Amino acid sequence: MTEMVESTFGPVRESFRALAATIVPEAVSLDADAWDEVERIVEDGLAARPAAIRRQLRLFVRLLDLLPVLRFGKTFRSLDPSRRTAFLLGVQDAPVLLVRRGFWGIRTLVYMGYYSRQEARDAIGYRAEARGWEGRR
Amino acid sequence: MNEKRYDVVVVGSGAGGGTVAEALAPLVRQGKKVLVVEQGPRLRLEELSGRELEMAPALYEDDGGFLTADGTMTLAFGRAYGGSTVVYTGTSMQPPERVVRGWGVPGLDHSDLDRRARRFAGDNNVHLLDEGLLNENNRLFVEGCRKAGYRAEQFPINVKGCKGSSLCNLGCPNGAKQGTHQVQLPAAERAGVEVVTRAEALRLEERVVVLRVSARPEGGKGLPSEWAPGDYRVAAGVVVLAGGAVGSPALLLRSRLPGLSGRVGEGLTCHPAHILVGEHPREITNDVGHPKSFFLDRAAREGFVLETCMYFPFTTAKNLAGFGAPHSTLMRAFRRLQMILVLACDKAVPGNRVSVDRAGKPVVHYRFTRETVAALVRATRASARIFFAAGAIRVHAPSADPPLVEPGDSARLDERISERHFLPGKISVSAAHLMGGCGMGRGPEDSVTDSFGRVHGLPWLRVADSSLFPDSLEINPYLTIMALADRVAEGVVSDLSELGAGSG
Repeated sequence: MTEMVESTFGPVRESFRALAATIVPEAVSLDADAWDEVERIVEDGLAARPAAIRRQLRLFVRLLDLLPVLRFGKTFRSLDPSRRTAFLLGVQDAPVLLVRRGFWGIRTLVYMGYYSRQEARDAIGYRAEARGWEGRR
Repeated sequence: MNEKRYDVVVVGSGAGGGTVAEALAPLVRQGKKVLVVEQGPRLRLEELSGRELEMAPALYEDDGGFLTADGTMTLAFGRAYGGSTVVYTGTSMQPPERVVRGWGVPGLDHSDLDRRARRFAGDNNVHLLDEGLLNENNRLFVEGCRKAGYRAEQFPINVKGCKGSSLCNLGCPNGAKQGTHQVQLPAAERAGVEVVTRAEALRLEERVVVLRVSARPEGGKGLPSEWAPGDYRVAAGVVVLAGGAVGSPALLLRSRLPGLSGRVGEGLTCHPAHILVGEHPREITNDVGHPKSFFLDRAAREGFVLETCMYFPFTTAKNLAGFGAPHSTLMRAFRRLQMILVLACDKAVPGNRVSVDRAGKPVVHYRFTRETVAALVRATRASARIFFAAGAIRVHAPSADPPLVEPGDSARLDERISERHFLPGKISVSAAHLMGGCGMGRGPEDSVTDSFGRVHGLPWLRVADSSLFPDSLEINPYLTIMALADRVAEGVVSDLSELGAGSG
């Protein structure tokens, strides 16, 4: 029997999507099905990771949503795109390693969810295939 | 627990284990039983889809995302029939004399390694690709090197019938790469060596390997194991560890064998690497053709090596620094991107090591020394010069802030690309050349094994993989691993009559 794994970002979906759309701006135009696909890829990628790691990631997303309240008086979700970017640039360069690697982990998951989709691969023009040179003739 | 008995058990089936398996195959004709244990699955050619999401879990430990203890570097190592030889680009370099001499291992002679490596180069069809099969990503590197005053060299690679899928790191979908999964292991199996896949070596006891064979996961890739799922106690006259620079030390550490050197796990090096990208004004052929055909060896003078490379969309996105519009713009320029992999020739230093956690899982401790960071920065500056000399209009350099370097910055690359911008945890650093942890040397006070991979104080136990390296090799390691493994096998054959069959 397959063990049921609790969704990592389900409880913080809106915050995760706000982060994802700041990390990959094109994500704002994803429809519901495409968002589902992004999130499914991310959840599948995390399913085999220890529960403690998944909990830490969820907590980190919550923190990223709440921390801007101290600086801007609003949650991350409520910020406009330029302020979202400014906030995340600060997180990315944070003096504390734990914060930097937390953000690196989130952006890696977002890139995995977004760029592993066929639609995104097509959009950037990636064409590698088994036929190699034969496929280009 | 199931019980089995063999004369020799080899743990791991990559460059080391596969080589040992083939070298020991003649023993089978003499009535000896030889077993190879591989943790990963045996994949069918048609399962190699070239898709990152599907192949990474099937081929790599931790889906290719194995992180060091402080989370600042990703380590990639294979876990399949053939180990990492399934997922490398086939680059096959002779052992460098300067480095092997510098290791100073008593009894290890460069000319011996060189001779053995040349034999494997022949066996595995190592050659230079025909010029007509080189893509522009590689040609631009050669041109850029020439114009920037460097001399690029062509990589000898071990392919047969390469179609140029560019998917080497996800397993060649055409079976062209001549790793141990294509050459040594099939030959060994034809001669009667047994291979059991999906079998994890849990621990060692005196002349015993305790294994756990797993069932094929539902929907997973690869064939079921050759053995029924369950735990096994396999007695052996000789055990050869070839689980790689993380797997072999970790297995030794969790086994707590009495008499083992305190050096186990120490001396890890890994050639930390960045992916750099140069954007050209026109489309180039990059995601077709062999991805890694040329290199620039500056190891002796400047402590780095540059290699051509081409990665997949997610891997590329992850390795570009930053996020948002600048990152997306670069990703949308994918067809115009030239890529260079920069590798630092790191040195074994105290603290960079493998340990195990309470559950026995490997933990890799790695700190970037000042020298390693300086080498990565020098390599990045050299790459920027090469990109611009090749006609790039922008260069993405992780150790620049902001990471996009314009041609106008050419005169001040030293200022733009600098150690002060190398912020661990912010920028992506990865490594695939994992070395050390069971280093060769004189005795247990300075090493784990002798120059034939004999573990000090435990004559029944051998090591035959890159964990033997006492320090960084400073070039792609596969032929050197094979040459060392061949020596280990030779030692096993000569010692086997004294050691006898497994009796555990």
